[in-house]
Amino acid sequence: MQDSDIRFQYVLHLADNSMILGQRNAEWCSHGPVLEQDIAITNITLDLIGEARSLYAYAAELKGENATEDTIAFTRDVKQYKNALLLEQPNTDWAYTVVRQFFYDAFHFQLLNVLQKRKDERIAEIAHKSLKEVTYHLKWSSEWLIRLGDGTDISREKMQIAINDLWEYTGEFFIPTEIETKAFELGIAADVEKLKPLWLEKVKAIIEQATLTIPSKNFQQNGGKNGLHSEHLGFILAEMQFMQRAYPGVEW
Amino acid sequence: MNQKEWPLWEVFIRAKQGLNHKHVGSLHAADVTMAIANARDVYTRRLEGISIWVVESKHLHASEPSDQEALFDPAEDKIYRHPTFYNLPIELKHM
Repeated sequence: MQDSDIRFQYVLHLADNSMILGQRNAEWCSHGPVLEQDIAITNITLDLIGEARSLYAYAAELKGENATEDTIAFTRDVKQYKNALLLEQPNTDWAYTVVRQFFYDAFHFQLLNVLQKRKDERIAEIAHKSLKEVTYHLKWSSEWLIRLGDGTDISREKMQIAINDLWEYTGEFFIPTEIETKAFELGIAADVEKLKPLWLEKVKAIIEQATLTIPSKNFQQNGGKNGLHSEHLGFILAEMQFMQRAYPGVEW
Repeated sequence: MNQKEWPLWEVFIRAKQGLNHKHVGSLHAADVTMAIANARDVYTRRLEGISIWVVESKHLHASEPSDQEALFDPAEDKIYRHPTFYNLPIELKHM
């Protein structure tokens, strides 16, 4: 594999992570539990989609051949998407949404912190900009995790169920794919294995403060980053890509 | 679900250094941390501010609309309360 292809694939993986979570969160728009949180989750969504757009635009430049951020986002099928499995999991309820966001924010924060110092200037610039936003995302999801975990009996139970169910999707972030390993060797990526202790420290601290517990089961899902997805991603893409598939190149 | 509504808060934003905090609206929140976070999300999305104050609406006390005449009308004919009412000596510069 050529260096330029590794760079392209790595940028795609970063973009897909934020794109798919952004698309998931966007489902809350006008359905939030209260007006203020409706706006909060939509703000986070727009940050994530903004980050994804910058990365897709870069990926399009790397690819050439008249590719644009839109052709890359809207004309790839499920197996070509390289996001982690956690990010495509359904919203289910507010507890799942907050827990999913928290698990990703804690990882995203550590990842961007490394990427802003690595050798690819474009990735580093995007990471630097997004890190400010993600610092707030992490603060937001941490506060809601604590608030609802250390809340009423019902909110506590719901948060624990969400943690138990989503826990098996967290390990994937720290198992490097071939692309991630090669991109790291090129000096443009993070060594994700090294991010795990930092992630775990934060996650443990907040979950403990929320009076919740980390599940003892060790089984972890894997595959999304290599294009092996759960059944959910197809539905996300069907909705997200419909307009560009039905009316290719349409603008509005 | 909501047997009890979250209390109402009034939000004040300082647009930039040197300006006063200005009332921009209100929102619901369970406590002060959430009120500031919500204010950030609801009222500073378009670079409106650099500082946020929140205060629970119940702590704000307002004048009675029915007192309007007694409170404010008497100021109408007191033009001597404006500095422009007074003639300044010519020697006095920069006023």
